[in-house]
Amino acid sequence: MEYFLQNFINALQWGSFYALIALGYSMVYSILMLFNFAHGDIFMSGAYIGFCIASLFIFLFGGVGAPGWLVMILTIIVSMFLTSFIGVLIEKIGYRPLRNAPRASAAITGLMIGIILETSNIAIFGTKRIAFPPLVETVTYNIAGIFITNKKIIIVAISLFLMAGLHFFIEKTKWGMAMRAMSYDFFIVPLMGVSLNVIAPLTFAIGSALAAAAGILYGLAYPVLDPYMGILLGWKAFVAAILGGRGSILGAALAGFLLGFIEIFTAMIFPSTLRDLIAYSIILIILTIRPHGFFGKAHSSSLRL
Amino acid sequence: MQPRYFATFYLNYKNMKRIIGFKKILGFFSAMPALGWLFGFFSAVIIEYLIGNNIAWLLGLPKIPVLFGFLIMLKKPLLIPGALAYIIIVYLLPLTLTARFFSGKINKLAAKLYKLPPPVYTVFYLIFLYIIIDIWAGMSDYRIVTLKLTFIAIILTLSLNVINGYMGEFSCSHTGFMALGAYFASTVTLILFTNDKLFGEALLPSYLAPFLFPIALIIGGIAAALGSLLVAIPSFRTRGDYLAIISLAFMFIVKSLIENLEVLGGARGMGGQHPLANLPTVFIWTILSIWIINNFVTSIIGKATNAVRDNETAANAMTINTRRTKIVTFMFAAFWAGVAGGLFAHVLCYVNPGTFGIKKLAEIFTMVYFGGLNSIVGSIIGAVAFNLASEALRPLELFKWIIIPVIMILIMIYRPTGLVAFKEFDIKKILAPKGDK
Repeated sequence: MEYFLQNFINALQWGSFYALIALGYSMVYSILMLFNFAHGDIFMSGAYIGFCIASLFIFLFGGVGAPGWLVMILTIIVSMFLTSFIGVLIEKIGYRPLRNAPRASAAITGLMIGIILETSNIAIFGTKRIAFPPLVETVTYNIAGIFITNKKIIIVAISLFLMAGLHFFIEKTKWGMAMRAMSYDFFIVPLMGVSLNVIAPLTFAIGSALAAAAGILYGLAYPVLDPYMGILLGWKAFVAAILGGRGSILGAALAGFLLGFIEIFTAMIFPSTLRDLIAYSIILIILTIRPHGFFGKAHSSSLRL
Repeated sequence: MQPRYFATFYLNYKNMKRIIGFKKILGFFSAMPALGWLFGFFSAVIIEYLIGNNIAWLLGLPKIPVLFGFLIMLKKPLLIPGALAYIIIVYLLPLTLTARFFSGKINKLAAKLYKLPPPVYTVFYLIFLYIIIDIWAGMSDYRIVTLKLTFIAIILTLSLNVINGYMGEFSCSHTGFMALGAYFASTVTLILFTNDKLFGEALLPSYLAPFLFPIALIIGGIAAALGSLLVAIPSFRTRGDYLAIISLAFMFIVKSLIENLEVLGGARGMGGQHPLANLPTVFIWTILSIWIINNFVTSIIGKATNAVRDNETAANAMTINTRRTKIVTFMFAAFWAGVAGGLFAHVLCYVNPGTFGIKKLAEIFTMVYFGGLNSIVGSIIGAVAFNLASEALRPLELFKWIIIPVIMILIMIYRPTGLVAFKEFDIKKILAPKGDK
């Protein structure tokens, strides 16, 4: 039982990365009906930007003796802000000219932008892995035989907070209303005075900011950054976004956590090399039985990638 | 496309044409039939074979430029004039001379050949083409490997185009099929012809290997085709994004399965294959694949795949059995991907599951969408152009992976379906003699 609970907490942490990244995929899909395949690499860029900002802040505030949590929160906010510009840029250069093109072309463009991001990252930082600076000292609590580190609490809390914030933004604010309207029909809504050229960059910016937050939290939990980390997590989060149902934000978050649980618990029961095999087999079975994901609407046969 | 961009693009194109007399050059070469190009390249290759080293020495080059001088130009900028002169002397001069002086005679010869039955003159052309390629590649090992990988890329691109272009599904499982083919074919050849720790003594003497190699390839292809059922059957109910995910999951499952099978070497990979895939073998398999895939897409079932792509419900109403069409198309494309995988394994004499990952998949996608959907010529152009470009830009190291994606994004913006999309492939038209002007 203790072992189970221990893994439960690990799975919560692991799933929150997937959920944060999957939200970005899902939001872009709900507005523009296409998947931003560069999103995994935006996550990676966010982690590297976080690394630079954190190093800068440690250098600046190190003498003053600012508490670690303050530096961490500042780092997260600043890097989210900076990374959102990458998202806006990608929308403007890569996706806006392709808005009326076949969706497969947009998918290829996304893959190519991803490769460009990776390569420029290697050109700047080199192929070496980089250690993420430990912002918070690790404290381990022992609650009834379960070991919980403060980092795990911070990661799960921040990601839940961001998800709640996103929910609030989409449900309660005017911009959120515009986004919901746009996801309903992006041919009619521009006629009502809401510009797609404003809403789409906004969506990309929010998605990229969430990915950057996920990147920094990932760096906090596993303090090793390498240029190809976006590929693995990005594609898995993409799977989670589909599993939740296209364009469903709640579904993406839940499916992200579900994917984390599947992976951690397969690693608990079977040898860990079988993790991918079993996780993807489960996904294959789920999608064969329920082809439109958990919360997605059944789609017409004319829609294609 | 936004009109403003289009206007600037078009104007530049027009200016360029006027400045360098683009039309004149095109007109100069337009009288030349396919046979003329072959003769031109044949003479170029003969010149290079006989006195290439001497010319290179005279121009101050260390050795003959292996890939049309691209590598040398990018590595050592000082040698650019020499390399350019080499290309002009060895390649452009014979071509222009043939076009200038022998166009009429070659046209008459081509017209005579054209009166023969099509299979006969096609075979003649292919043999001629192979002779040229063989002489050209024989001058350095680097050329041989590049050519082999390019041919394999052609098979892969064509087979992915059958699913993604002709049937309109977005399948991401192609590297999975390739891995299945590679591993099954290698297992067969390792069991039969290699003294391996794992599979024991060789069952057959190794002089039989070249004759039984096609059977190994076909076994690999059939394994891939059977594996493709895992993707084809869910495709009855899903399409678009969900099928993309199912096929992606299939790819990861295959990769992960191979990594976990210690029998096949696990993540370390599997080596020790005989180098059975020599240039003629790869060439013959490529020609076979082009021929059979072209026949497939122009047959009734090929037209049915187009109908499924354009409107599945309407196709069903028109008595097309969409399920059968999907299964057959998936298995057919997977078969060729498996064959390409088997050839790939025997070119490198080593396979490892890491090769068949997302990166390889992105490469194949690039080739398909660069060349053009729904087009055999497009696939061939895409595969050859991508392979040559990625070899030629190799000296730039990292920047290669910025230049290629940027080109690709531009292509996607200006021609969203690829360079030569939706064109029929007609061998008779290509080989026909050109009328005199």
